[in-house]
Parts: sequence; structure tokens; C-alpha cells
Amino acid sequence: MTTLLEARRVTKVFGGGLFDRNTTVALEDFSLAIDSERPSITAVVGESGSGKTTLARLLLGLVSPSRGQVLYQGRDLQAMRSAEMRTFRRDVQVIFQDPYEVYNPFYRVDHVLTTPVSKFKLASTKAEARAVIEGALEAVGLRPEETLGRFPHQLSGGQRQRVMVARALLLKPRVILADEPVSMVDASLRATILASLRTMTVERGISIIYITHDLATAYQISDNIVVLYRGSVAEAGDVERVVKAPHHPYTRLLISSIPVASAERNWVTESAPPAVGSFAGGAAGCKFVDRCPEAMPMCCQARPPLFRVDRYRAVSCYLYQAAPTLSPEEMVKAFIQPPAVPRVGASGGC
Amino acid sequence: MADEISPPTAVPEAGRLRQGWLADTGRYMRRNPSLAVGIVLLLILVLFVGIGHLAVDTSKARALSAPAMRAPSLQYPFGTDRQGRDLLAVMVAGTPLTLQIGFIAGFLGVGIGSILGFVSAYYRGKVDTIIRGIADIGLTVPGLLVLIIIAVSIKEGLTVNQMALIVASLAWLNPTRTIRAQVLSLRERAYVEVARLSGMSGPEIIFKELMPNLLPYLGATLVNAVSNAILASIGLEVLGLGPIDSPTLGMTLYWVNYNAALLNGWWWWWTAPIVIILIVFLGLFFLTVGLDEIANPKLRRAV
Amino acid sequence: MKADVLRVKDLVVHYHTSLGAVKAADNISFSLKADERLGFAGESGSGKSTMALAILRMIKPPGRIEAGEVWLEGINVMTVSEEEMRQVRLARIAMIPQGSMNSLNPVMRVKEQIADALRDHGVQLSRHQLQERVRDLLTSVGLRPEVADMFPHELSGGMKQRACIAIAISLRPKVIIADEPTSALDVVVQKQVMQTLARVQKDLEASVILVGHDMGLVAQFVDRLGVMYAGKLVEVSPVRDIFTKPLHPYTQMLIASLPSLEQKGTFRGIPGLPPLLRDLPPGCAFHPRCPHASDRCRTEEPLSREVRPNSWAACHLLP
Repeated sequence: MTTLLEARRVTKVFGGGLFDRNTTVALEDFSLAIDSERPSITAVVGESGSGKTTLARLLLGLVSPSRGQVLYQGRDLQAMRSAEMRTFRRDVQVIFQDPYEVYNPFYRVDHVLTTPVSKFKLASTKAEARAVIEGALEAVGLRPEETLGRFPHQLSGGQRQRVMVARALLLKPRVILADEPVSMVDASLRATILASLRTMTVERGISIIYITHDLATAYQISDNIVVLYRGSVAEAGDVERVVKAPHHPYTRLLISSIPVASAERNWVTESAPPAVGSFAGGAAGCKFVDRCPEAMPMCCQARPPLFRVDRYRAVSCYLYQAAPTLSPEEMVKAFIQPPAVPRVGASGGC
Repeated sequence: MADEISPPTAVPEAGRLRQGWLADTGRYMRRNPSLAVGIVLLLILVLFVGIGHLAVDTSKARALSAPAMRAPSLQYPFGTDRQGRDLLAVMVAGTPLTLQIGFIAGFLGVGIGSILGFVSAYYRGKVDTIIRGIADIGLTVPGLLVLIIIAVSIKEGLTVNQMALIVASLAWLNPTRTIRAQVLSLRERAYVEVARLSGMSGPEIIFKELMPNLLPYLGATLVNAVSNAILASIGLEVLGLGPIDSPTLGMTLYWVNYNAALLNGWWWWWTAPIVIILIVFLGLFFLTVGLDEIANPKLRRAV
Repeated sequence: MKADVLRVKDLVVHYHTSLGAVKAADNISFSLKADERLGFAGESGSGKSTMALAILRMIKPPGRIEAGEVWLEGINVMTVSEEEMRQVRLARIAMIPQGSMNSLNPVMRVKEQIADALRDHGVQLSRHQLQERVRDLLTSVGLRPEVADMFPHELSGGMKQRACIAIAISLRPKVIIADEPTSALDVVVQKQVMQTLARVQKDLEASVILVGHDMGLVAQFVDRLGVMYAGKLVEVSPVRDIFTKPLHPYTQMLIASLPSLEQKGTFRGIPGLPPLLRDLPPGCAFHPRCPHASDRCRTEEPLSREVRPNSWAACHLLP
């Protein structure tokens, strides 16, 4: 496949300056590739400390990797000239988590929409700009007359977040990075925003990388999923398989900890404290070994590679060492491929 | 996928702005008494100077324009000094001069400080290290000493504007540091990142995204700088290092000292300038406190 | 049938702003039995936190408790003096407020913060007894005794929250109110903290009121669930009934909008927006977004009725 946005064996280490002895490895030897012809939604799921926020920042080019490369259309972000960077900034958009902080309180919400229109020359007259902006707002289900001209605090969290989605759409991007887009939005409004994201992919051919800690929304919206634990991939593949029949002990723990909104209790509320793994973690070895109920001596020695347990699933766990291994770059081979979608309103050849 | 049901209750709050800014201001003054007191005090001074210029002959502020050493009377409400200056005229003429020094030095100081602070905090790296280093070293040197040395080295008589420049030469140090600190925290905001991702350049972000949010803070810093500049100028003048021929407040106090007015019991000579200086500082102080409240929303009392 | 340990009747809280009165909580009535877990689920602005604070009389100006009675073991705590109320807080009703793990005093060790609470309520203990008490409290919430000597910044989020639970139960209250106790925590830690709360409740034979926006979380923990919307309590039912036979249209639509892990489905949000609490629509607060709204709904505010045994709802459409 031709790749659009790619992280190639990326490692990011924080700290370790002159006076800082402690280093944190936020992301280790991570690879992910987004196909340019087959738009899909890939979920990256992890808790705090998993490295998902770092991944988002790396993919956006806001931080540079300690090792490895982030490539767009085959070009390393660090090596791009300003014209290429411009294209990158236009083609890869982001939706941040906090729908309040992303607005400059001094300006009306129009500001976040008019700025990219003028900076990327999306319209030649004011009337045209207005039309483009109104079109984007309507595409996410907002009424322009109720939204434009207001200050951020006059809109609800859900509305603000939808304006951000509209902003992402303005530039007709090829990839949208959504970092916890609905976690700070009320439950009843989340569905609408998620639906509009799904429509982006299906109707406009925009690939989405959906970063979250919420497995339920990830399951609903995405095609493939990558589960991160402390900077490394625990499990990846078809979201249907990973969620319904998790293989990695961490994925199992994660899923069993999710409170389901139903009459059936899946939580045992009065229970013994969780079983702790019988091995202490070390610098080498699997990162989950100190919490893993299935830990074996070999788990302490080296990081487990990705084992391709079935066609659409890869698990980084020695329990499955019988299966063939995949290198990090090959992880995406375990992804299901949605059908190719002709791009709507393509901005030019790729 | 549009919302079919329009909420009938999304009332735009912009309507409130048209209610009348006078009523709004009045209401705000009641909630922020410091600001009100500060403005009133400074207004008193402005009126004093304004009406004074109309009612009083300011040429009487020069020496030998009135009989010397007269206690306050109807003809000379503030009395006269040893060189025959009508002290009311001196106050009326001198107050705006002192304020002028303060404003010029204050504005210059905050102006330079803002530019350096913004650049230093936004770009970080080597620029930041250099600017910060200079400001830090400058702040450790005793300011008054430097000012004295500069003032002493100027051979000809000082004018008021030269005085302002001398004070301004050090007035930018503190604002640079404090404004830098504010910008450092602001630049981490998500909207700055969004602006960067929208294609805005560095200077654009500084002017369009960061500065508007710092306006209240800059206002408070400005008032502070003016206040400090006036203090510094008065300090230099009392030591005799100011514009000798000008009837500024500080120079009046210099003459008070020179002539031992305190010991001689010529109370009217030092009372007038001290009262006016008090009003200036109290006014500026309350103004700073009041502006602080605007600049820092957490200090605002509940609505 | 267990006795009621807490009964709230027609509680009304308004916030007075320059733009008008914000009706944060309107005529809230419910009862809490001994050993019961009652939950309140609602989105932001539904009034659930306001209600929790009001029960403890911790509403600060410009908010004011306009009306209502709160009967705790036979006494209406709305009528007692502030000094008596201070004694009631923590000793009889304890609260774990929202974000409490961030409100731990950063310069005091955990044991001092617990001791502080005890001393404040006149508990006189020797140093040795105090140490023992603190250690017992910490072990009852699943923390190692060494935690007593640590500072808050040395603890993880889950540990801090459990320390807050320890402080809340230090005087063995009969009612514990937990307001979003796990909102900033990871899902695995969240479960551990809720399990701790459950264990603690059992030990103390206390009742718990759990307030939260995550309906799944609240539902997994409580016996009865109340749903709040726009400052009103629109439905209260046993948890099972809420999900199998929800009464109020808001409850139905809210449940339908929650993402499930069972099946990929369509996305069903609730159209429209929650109303501004200072400008509520006439009649039922939900009618602008309700697909079944009738004329009566637009003009007359529905009152809460016991539609089924032990199920209350406020809706004109119900028999």
C-alpha cells in the first residue's frame, strides 16, 4: 500500500538532560502507517502513561522523535522544506481534547475558522470565505447563525467541539488526528460528534486516528485498534476481534474494568484486591510483567515481539510465541482494510 | 444530521453590552472599590493641575517672583519659599512635570520590556538566555547607584526629558522579567498550538493571540512602572541630581533640604509637595490593585 | 423494609447572578435507606453536585438554599445551627467531593490530615491511639500503613483518592456522599477505588450516595439510580428497572446514546442542547428535545409520581 502518514520505529525519550538523571521512555519502537487509498479509522487506546498523547504530538510534528522517523507521503517531517510542511499542515488536522482551551477567549469562535481560511488561502473574497465556513459548520450539524458571532463561553462543550471538527474539515484534510475528542463532552452529545467523524471517513475518504482511553467509543467508531501500554503495543488488529476476544492480559484487564451501562453487573464490587504478578518489573522484558497474572520467567528477559495470532490480530505476549512474529512496521498487516473510497474534493494529485 | 430541535433558550449574552456602558462601569466600580478610589485620586490631581493652570500664574513658579518666606495667606495660599517662589504656582507647574517623567519612563520601560519579554518567552533558546541574563544581571545592580552615576556624568544642566530617559534606562528590567513569566505560561495554551497549526507565524501569534490576553496585565505593569519611575526620579532630584531649574516635586524637596526648612519651621514649604506626592502614590497604588483584579480573574469577587 | 436514614424533601437551590437566578436544583425529593447505595446520574449542569453540596449545607454565595428539608436520623439539618452542622459533617454525613484528591494539603503528611479531621471533631486520642486509628483506616481502604507518613505528591491518583475515602470514613458516618470520586482516574484504578468504597460501606454498615456523569459507572455500583436533568430529578428506580424498563424519555434516550461494547450500532445522540438553568422553558424542562412532547408538556410542569412500586418519574406521558 502507499502510505500517507507513517511513524517508523519511533522512540521518544523525555528527560536525561545535563542535570536530569531520570529518563522516561514515553514511546518505544512504535510503527503505524495510514494507507492513502483506503481511508479507515484507527483507534489508539491507552491509559495515562501509555504514550498515546506523545504519539499524537509526534504524528503532528509538534515534537521530534528521539529515534525513528515520522513520514508524510514518504518524506521525513524533520527534513521537509517549508512548502512541503505547508502541505502537511493542511492535509493533517487535529481535534484536541479540551473544547474550551483551544479557543482564544479574546476572540469570537469565528476566529478559529477564519484563520486557516486566510492562512491557507481557501477563499479569495470575504463572501467566499463565509460560504466555505458555513458549509463546514452545516456539515457537522451546526447552524451558522447560532454559532458564528458568539464567544466560546456562550457555546456548550459539544458545540465547541463540533466547531473544531468543522475547522478540521475546512482544509479538506486527508488525515484527522482526534485526541480524546469527546471525553470532555456530555454523554448525550458524544454520539452526534462521533457520528460526524465516522461520516468523514465513509463519505469524504478522510482517515482518522482516534486516540482515547475510552474503549467503548473506540469500538463503536473504529475499524482497527492499537492498545498501548507504557509506550509499547500490547495488542493490535481488527477492533471487533480485539474487543470481543482480547488476548493480551492487559487488554483483558482493561476490558473487564469497564463499567457497562446495563442491568447486568459485570463488576464484582466486593472482591479481593486484584492479583499482582509474581515478578518484579525490570528494564528489559515485558512491561506488563509486574501486573500480569500469567507472567512466566521468559517475560523478564526480553520485550515480546508482535505475534500474529490470526489474520487480523497481533499480540505482544509470550503466551502466543507459537505464532509467527511481525516486526513493528508489519503490524499494519494485521489490520482489516476497508474498501477504497474515491476522495471527495481532492485538492490535487498525490 | 442537523439538529432538528432548536433550543429556545440560547440567549446571546452580547445583548448585555448594549445596556449602557456607564451603568456597567458604575456597577463595576462598586465591586472594585480600589479601582474607583485610585481613579478618583488621580482625577483630583488632574483637576488640581488643570484648574490651577487657568487660575494661577505659573510664571510665579520661578524664583524672585514673590516676596520670600511668606506663610500661607489668601494671596499666596501655599506660601512662598526662600527664593521667592509662589509655592502654589510651583505645585501647579511642577506636578505635571514629575508625572511627565514618570509616564515617559514608565511607557518606555514597559514598551521595551514587553518586546523583550515576548520575544524571549516565545522563542526561548539562545535569545531567551541572553535577554534573561542581561535582565537578571541588571536587576542585581543597585539601581539608584547606576542612576546617580549616569546623572552625575551629564555635564550640562538636565532637562525633564533627559531625566525621563535616565530613569527609563533601568525601568525596562523588571517588566521584561514579569512579562516574560506571563507569556511563558500563556504560550503553552492549546489555542496557541491551534494557531501554529493554522499556519500563523511567530510574530503573528505574539501580536494576535498572546498580547490581547495580556492587555490587563500590561496595564497593571504600566501603572506599576510609572509609579516606580516617579519614585526613582524624585529620589534623584532630592539628591540634587535632577533638572535644577524645573519646579518638579523632587526638586522642591531638594530645596527644602538645602535650606533646612524642617529645622527652621517653614512647614508650608514641605507640606505641599509631600501631600501631592502622597496623593500620586496612593492613586497609582489603588489603581494597580484595581487593575490587578481585572488582570487576575481569580481575585474577582463573586458576581 | 429498612428504615430511611436520610430523607430529602423539596430541596431548592438557586444561584443569584447579575443575569438572573440560576435554578440549579429544583424540588429534589428522595429517601435513602440504611445500607443502601443510591446513585445520581446526570450530565453537566444537571444539578447533581449542587444537590450533594446542599445536603451538607455547603452551598456558598451567590448560591443559596431557598427551600427544602433534609431529615437525617430524625433531625432536619436545614434548621440546626452552623456549629451543630459542623458536628454533623463528617461524623454523621461525610462527603468525598469532586476533585478531592487534588485538594489534599500538599504540605501535610497523610496521617496529619486524618488526625486533623479527627481533632476537629473533638476526638481526643493519645499519640499511640491516633497512630493505630490512622493505620486501621488506611488498611481498611487498602493502603499500606507506610502511606501515613507520605505526602500527597508521593501517591498515585488512585491512592490519593483512597486516602480521601479514609478521611471521609474516619468518624464512621452513617451516610457517605461521593461526588465523581473517580473522574480523573484510569479505568483500572477506577474499579479498584469503587471496590474500596464498597468494602468500606459494608464495614461501616453505612449508606452511600454516588453522584456521577458516567452512567455505567454509577449503575455498576448502586442499588437504585436517580436520573437528573436541568436541576430536576426526572426518574428514580432500582437499577435493573432503569435499564430494562426506563420510564422517562430522557432516561430512554440517554441509555440509547451510550456506546456499548457488545455491538457496533448507529450513533444516537439526543438532539438539541440542555436548557440554560436561568431561562428554563415553560412546562417540562425536557420538552424541546423530547420526541413525544405534547401540549400539556409545553405548559405544565410534571410532578414526580410513584408510577410503579419503588419507581418515581416526572412525566405527563406515564399512566
